[in-house]
Amino acid sequence: MTDQAYNFAYLDEQTKRMIRRAILKGLAIPGYQVPFASREMPMPYGWGTGGVQVSAAVLTPEDTFKVIDQGADDTTNAVSIRSFFERTAGVRTTTATCEASVIQTRHRIPEEPLTENQILVYQVPIPEPLRFLEPRESETRKMHSLEEYGLMHVKLYEDIARHGHIATSYAYPVKVEGRYVMDPSPIPKFDNPKLGDMHAVQLFGAGREQRIYALPPYTQVVSLDFEDHPFEASKADHSCGLCGATDSYLDEVITDDQGGRMFVCSDTDYCEGRRAAGFVGDMSADNPAAAMMAAQPTLEIQT
Amino acid sequence: MSTDLRPLLSVKDISKRYGSHIGCAGVSFDLYPGEVMGIVGESGSGKSTLLNCLVGHLTPDTGEVVFDTRVDGPKDTTTMSESERRMLGRTDWAFVHQHARDGLRMGVSAGGNVGERLMAVGERHYGDIRDKATDWLERVEIDAARVDDRPTTFSGGMQQRLQIARNLVTGPRLVFMDEPTGGLDVSVQARLLDLLRGLVRDMGLSAIIVTHDLAVVRLLADRLMVMKSGRVVEAGLTDQVLDDPQHAYSQLLVSSVLQV
Repeated sequence: MTDQAYNFAYLDEQTKRMIRRAILKGLAIPGYQVPFASREMPMPYGWGTGGVQVSAAVLTPEDTFKVIDQGADDTTNAVSIRSFFERTAGVRTTTATCEASVIQTRHRIPEEPLTENQILVYQVPIPEPLRFLEPRESETRKMHSLEEYGLMHVKLYEDIARHGHIATSYAYPVKVEGRYVMDPSPIPKFDNPKLGDMHAVQLFGAGREQRIYALPPYTQVVSLDFEDHPFEASKADHSCGLCGATDSYLDEVITDDQGGRMFVCSDTDYCEGRRAAGFVGDMSADNPAAAMMAAQPTLEIQT
Repeated sequence: MSTDLRPLLSVKDISKRYGSHIGCAGVSFDLYPGEVMGIVGESGSGKSTLLNCLVGHLTPDTGEVVFDTRVDGPKDTTTMSESERRMLGRTDWAFVHQHARDGLRMGVSAGGNVGERLMAVGERHYGDIRDKATDWLERVEIDAARVDDRPTTFSGGMQQRLQIARNLVTGPRLVFMDEPTGGLDVSVQARLLDLLRGLVRDMGLSAIIVTHDLAVVRLLADRLMVMKSGRVVEAGLTDQVLDDPQHAYSQLLVSSVLQV
């Protein structure tokens, strides 16, 4: 079968309509997990089947699509999903955050603030924040409906008891509009403050678990914490080695087996934009001091 | 007993059938503040069915269970909403399971287990929660240094005491106990009973204890109900019933106790 034989954005219209209904319900009840009849997609579970279905349901031919995986536009997952929609929907794609109208993401929120004209689609592996504390689905549903969220704090209590501080650093639970406790997907807790009062629509799709949930624009989202151990959006205490940014979330990259490492922005588009604007980090090849240090070992070998 | 003569729990004509089989039938009694009631009987006599009807784990076919709530006064718990009933279950009521594993979270530290009820009613200060948890561990004779250990590393008796601490930390007024000493060896049983007796007296708790062990009710209960085939065959003061049983079945039960 040729790519053109598929319906626009792969899924048939009935399926997209079903998914859109779930999305609308999710937007009407922020943070509530709406069950939906997840379809089998031409990719394995865990690779973003939920996000892809939500993206397929919201994409229009005029949209510009961007996919990020851990902040990067050029990793396997991002590249393959981008080309999937290039082939089945024929939409324009981009790596620039500001140019995209629909952004599908795995594990990050872009550094650049989003606007009202954008939709952010998250890939969610496990939508239930209470899953590892209460294994029974029937019980967790009841806890959501009766607003019994004491158990969520037991997890944070255990963190402090064991590590001296809240060690949960990703998939950090949040409370939406004072009602539903929600798993923000495995984004670093550095990104949690961006969830609340965001200008863009945020949609969460979990394919294997067959759940969709959503945050409409300007929703109140609060990270759970204790009075004497308040929530802290943490990141590595460094600046980006390539662009020198101090306010972005950083990845640690091992550069050799001698203990050498560097920290770089996980958001590649943000980092490239800064470098194009002339910012230089202390390990960038454009930095004269860094270039000299990198050159030195070679000299020693020659002598 | 206090001057307040309003019963804490008033049970009227509770019946529960499983198809044509009777679980329990026509059970009525009043429990006053500070009173401990024992329910004894052989296996299958309907004691656990009755207890589950009282706490709302089962819905009785007929009858009402009126609890004197702190805010609204007497209220029928069988018709109240599930959220209200579960709220009662976390605050004014406590349920001690026969097997500590059913009542504890085995993957969570002892402190977390005790603190869960506090957090469930809105406590959000880690230091306070931990202090209260440590205090309660000591009250049930568990070394405070073990506050971060998981219950899986505890002995059976310690697990049962931890379960009791976890239940009593929010200061409930009514405790339901389902065979609290079942499965424990006699010396551990004795220590647990001693502890329970102290806590019940100190906190002025009311309790309903379901057991087949007459020694347990002799030690803890003020009043006793004997059940047989789903019906109450005899009720009265514990010492009265145990020393001078009237009903043939009660007589059989008392005479069946092994002597050492």
